[in-house]
Amino acid sequence: MSVRTVEMALATPGLDAQGRPTRVPLGAGTGTYDEEFGAEHMLVNIGPQHPATHGVLRLVIELEGETVKRCIPHLGYLHSGFEKLGEYRHYNQIIPLTDRTDYLSPMANNVCLALAAEKLMGIEVPERCRVLRVIACEMSRIISHLVWLGTTGIDLGAFTPFLWSFQERERIYNLQEMWTGARLTTSLTRVGGMMADVPEGFEAGLREFTRTFPKTLTEVDTMFTRNAIWIGRTQGVGVLTAAEATNYSLSGPMLRASGVDYDVRKDRPYLDYETYDFDVPVGEHGDIYDRYRVRLEEMWQSNRILEQALDRLARLQGTPINVDDPRVILPPKSRAMSDMEAMIFHFKQVMEGVKPPLGEAYMGIENPKGELGYYFVSDGTAKPVRWRIRPPSFINLASLPKMCEGALLSDVIAINASVDIVMGEVDR
Amino acid sequence: MTAAVSPSVDPLRAQFGAAIARHAVACGDTIVYVDRERAHDVLAWLRDTPGQQFDYLTDVTAVEYRDPERPLEVVWQLRSLPRKADLRVKAELDKSGPLEVQSVWDLWRGADWLEREVFDMFGIGFTGHPDLRRILMWETYAEGYPLRKDFPLRGHFSRAEQTRQALAANPEAHYSMEELSIAEAFNELPADMRERLARGERGFLK
Repeated sequence: MSVRTVEMALATPGLDAQGRPTRVPLGAGTGTYDEEFGAEHMLVNIGPQHPATHGVLRLVIELEGETVKRCIPHLGYLHSGFEKLGEYRHYNQIIPLTDRTDYLSPMANNVCLALAAEKLMGIEVPERCRVLRVIACEMSRIISHLVWLGTTGIDLGAFTPFLWSFQERERIYNLQEMWTGARLTTSLTRVGGMMADVPEGFEAGLREFTRTFPKTLTEVDTMFTRNAIWIGRTQGVGVLTAAEATNYSLSGPMLRASGVDYDVRKDRPYLDYETYDFDVPVGEHGDIYDRYRVRLEEMWQSNRILEQALDRLARLQGTPINVDDPRVILPPKSRAMSDMEAMIFHFKQVMEGVKPPLGEAYMGIENPKGELGYYFVSDGTAKPVRWRIRPPSFINLASLPKMCEGALLSDVIAINASVDIVMGEVDR
Repeated sequence: MTAAVSPSVDPLRAQFGAAIARHAVACGDTIVYVDRERAHDVLAWLRDTPGQQFDYLTDVTAVEYRDPERPLEVVWQLRSLPRKADLRVKAELDKSGPLEVQSVWDLWRGADWLEREVFDMFGIGFTGHPDLRRILMWETYAEGYPLRKDFPLRGHFSRAEQTRQALAANPEAHYSMEELSIAEAFNELPADMRERLARGERGFLK
């Protein structure tokens, strides 16, 4: 075999006239190559247990040489039937399920569920509650993007930013734990309010975070943005044009990196987002690099929003966080134990649940991954007829076969990372 | 809540007449009920007509009510990115008739997986979809359609049977027929299997 000849020649170099080892150029071996070599298509299976698929995603890839001809994703390994389970639960009992869908930003999911149920019931929450929810959403955006940044860096061979981003993420997790008692399964909101107000010391802790977090962002920026390897691996890879991104129903940073200026916070404001001063980064090339730039900038902007929200929170010190409606909000425990009426409300709510009127509501919010939408259909009972999750990472992932077409096998890892999926949400 | 009806309703009625059964406003969002047969035309018109420009398909899903008499609903959430407007279009599928609507895959590629999911969970067919197969459940899943109301929360089969079937399915050990058709191993497949592949048959190898 010709290939083997070259290897042997390389293994035993002779000496040239000057006494230096001769170098045999690759492919210099004599003999004939198989004309058909590499013409056959190869089937490569990645996953479901593979670190680069960010969960239990299985990709079956048809290769021609090293070029991807076709990519067929297989899902469902983490399917938990959340939508079905939701039909058997009261609205407040669904909140723990939302923790487990996009488990990288549980607080934002909790907020979306409360907003959807409140839209269905026509409830307007107090201002302090809205500010707390904005804080929850933006904290979630930062931790979710930090995980994305760290893991994508690892996928492309950069280890250090992973440690930096997880260190920062840990600080938010500590605050999250302080507020909700849980690091992952936060169940922070209730229909008509919040599970709890922020504890003593939380505001100072978050203030300290917003003060020091930009340092890490600057470091990541220094490490990545003008890094030749990072640019080489990401620019021009996995490109989707604005028209394609719209046609594929992409949302969030994926959509904006392709140059479509749509952010639910700006275009369908909820939680008074229109009163916060922040910018929405929009890319222009629709490649992995632009997705990185968009997410990095979003973290800066989230930090800005957090600072503004903390100012408002200080101003709203002592104001209520829940609506004043005993039909949706549990009375204080002390009153439930001492006051007959409060006890009845407590009992009715726990046993029968909160009852929305007949109707349906769709509420979409700007989650870190994209537009998360909860669609409730109610028949007037305490349990929804249908609870539909519009899963941003599922819909964004659907564009993967399109982006991988014609890419190199090694780019598939980068492209898949750039979608920012979380399989708990993809499979639900 | 008395919110404004979407300005798209009147032009829709003028264009499609009786194919627009009725409309409603729920929590500020307008819902338009369209005839099952004409749903694709209505959606294509909404996407392409200047002044409507519903260029973004937010979601495709289905609803089944607890009342068994009520028809199933296929729900399209539309959005116009330039106009920043939303519209919800619904088609009612009577349970005695065919559970089928025309796919909007040709209008929005985003409908690909969404329609597959509705098919997987509700058993609603989308004619014209190029690759309509289960997406979250495995291909040989035999218990039916999980989000239908006649599907018990714990499934139709016993726990033991479910475990047995789930283990037997072992999806990652197999490639689908479609994938085998592109594999190098295709030529080494038994003749009957190649014949099944040529017929376009799907399903996992036993």
